[in-house]
Amino acid sequence: MLPWIIGFSVFIAYPMIASFYYSFTNYDLLEDPTFVGLQNYRFMFTKDPMFWQAMRNTLWIIGVGVPLQIVTSLSLAWLLSRPKGGSRYYRTILFLPTMIPPVAAALGFVFLFNPATGPINQGLQSLGMDNPPLWFYSAFWSKWGLVFLSLWGVGQTMMIFLAGLLDVPRQLYEAAEIEGAGAWQRFRFVTLPMISPVIFFSVVIGVIAGFQYFTQAYVASFAVSGQPTGGAASNIGGPEESTLFYSLHLYIKGFAHFQMGYASAMAWILFLIIMACTIVIIRTSRRWVHYQGGLR
Amino acid sequence: MGPLPGGLAIATATTSRPLSPAATPRRRRPIPPRVRRRRFLTEVGNHAALIAVSIMFLLPIAFIVLTALMTDSQARTPDIWPDPFRWNNFVDVFDRIPLLRYTFNTATIATLATLGVVVSCIPVAYALSRMRWRGRNASFLIVLSTIMLPIQVTIVPLYILFVRFGWIGTMKPLIVPLFFGDAFTIFLLRQFFLTIPSELSDAARVDGASEFQIMTRVIVPLAKPAIAAVALFQFLYSWNDFFAPLLYLIQDPDKWTLSIALSEFRSQYHVEWNLTMAAAVLFVMPVIVLFFLAQRAFIEGVTLTGTKG
Repeated sequence: MLPWIIGFSVFIAYPMIASFYYSFTNYDLLEDPTFVGLQNYRFMFTKDPMFWQAMRNTLWIIGVGVPLQIVTSLSLAWLLSRPKGGSRYYRTILFLPTMIPPVAAALGFVFLFNPATGPINQGLQSLGMDNPPLWFYSAFWSKWGLVFLSLWGVGQTMMIFLAGLLDVPRQLYEAAEIEGAGAWQRFRFVTLPMISPVIFFSVVIGVIAGFQYFTQAYVASFAVSGQPTGGAASNIGGPEESTLFYSLHLYIKGFAHFQMGYASAMAWILFLIIMACTIVIIRTSRRWVHYQGGLR
Repeated sequence: MGPLPGGLAIATATTSRPLSPAATPRRRRPIPPRVRRRRFLTEVGNHAALIAVSIMFLLPIAFIVLTALMTDSQARTPDIWPDPFRWNNFVDVFDRIPLLRYTFNTATIATLATLGVVVSCIPVAYALSRMRWRGRNASFLIVLSTIMLPIQVTIVPLYILFVRFGWIGTMKPLIVPLFFGDAFTIFLLRQFFLTIPSELSDAARVDGASEFQIMTRVIVPLAKPAIAAVALFQFLYSWNDFFAPLLYLIQDPDKWTLSIALSEFRSQYHVEWNLTMAAAVLFVMPVIVLFFLAQRAFIEGVTLTGTKG
């Protein structure tokens, strides 16, 4: 137990308390922290336009991305559950993209969606679209590029759904069929309730991951910025701050501008948001999640 | 901790798969040809849909690999098929950046981090599952609640701490904390340890074995598949990680990992898509090989952790 107690105190408990303290200070690492009361929080909510920009972007990617991911992974899992044999091979293929390191995947997608020479826009043009989107180079489309990237890497959620689908007892389907239920009704009244715990789990994980969304946005926006080195605030989150997400903003404030106090305040707000989301989802889940065998 | 839940899922998906649905009725009664034909057509439809989806998922990889084989001038054209195949791109990447050094750095970090997690989490998981002591349940609750904690919440004070230790620009922040346990790994191992019958450790205890001996001689050998799985998860996580190396290693190019190097490569040679994609392929290759080699470890490992439901 001892190593974990030390680890927990030094690497989790101490930082939590310390960041609470730092969030009420100005601290640039060079001079000692000076106490400024609620100023960081006030600045965050009333003066920092980029904070709200980052918040909007984050809510967008969660609101659009998470439902699409769940629909996609459920559909793929459903397809995988159907054939009598051979679905092993498809499963490996569909899972493969999640093995690819996020940096490489993001760079690959920036190339695929390259407006001039990328295969995606080549395809769109040959289908007769004269002005295909500029994707990662356009403030409107950049987030969509990231959504497609996340759908490509949906294999993990798909696997969880597949396990859930295969766990639904066959008798339930047979009973429903005898009662005269069609394919849609069987899905709606048997499959969906039976896998609702899995959907619930994926929503929680998706929302939490959304607030931590960082690497892909960093790599993609940095790649299209055309700037020589990373790390500097002006090179990431573009174009026009369209991919500036919460964690990216926190990173810029803390580690490009070295406003440690402000970054700590953002970290605590993030912590509260995630706690709140988790609690809300767990509370409401009782109404729409069906657990087999009642109490859980 | 992105890759972890997925790993579990593969395992459960494979092992909890019920008997082939069609197997039982077919043996019992003969199927009329009409039904058989319809079933055959459905099966063909299922496979057709799956093949189509699989191609969609493989196309990005195919485009990336093909571009990695083009000449620079061809990579800037809309062409899809390389002509000629320029295998030298893979050699050129090594000339442009010290790829071997970056690979070595990444492998060092991933190996030591994995070692740290395994060594530190086994005793904690053991204490939480197979020993009785006051505060055990409370401790387990704390472990559980830290699994969900986003790294961004603690990152600022940790960074400040590592600045004071003089660890910025070294690999230590990426390795040392893992020697003090990781909540998710502890949780997985505990779940696995709980499935081992207590008679085994009781028998060893009667024979006069200490708790440490029971752990190393009885539990660890039985838990090998689970340990292999968590080791694999941690290795992949460290290998692919971008955020921590970005914070702690970006200052010193000699210490860069492959993630950082690839991200920076794009900006240094930003017109040369062929080389960028070749570098990406070289980065991805070991992970893919590991995935195919270790698919069974993934699968065997977590069947018993009881994380389902």
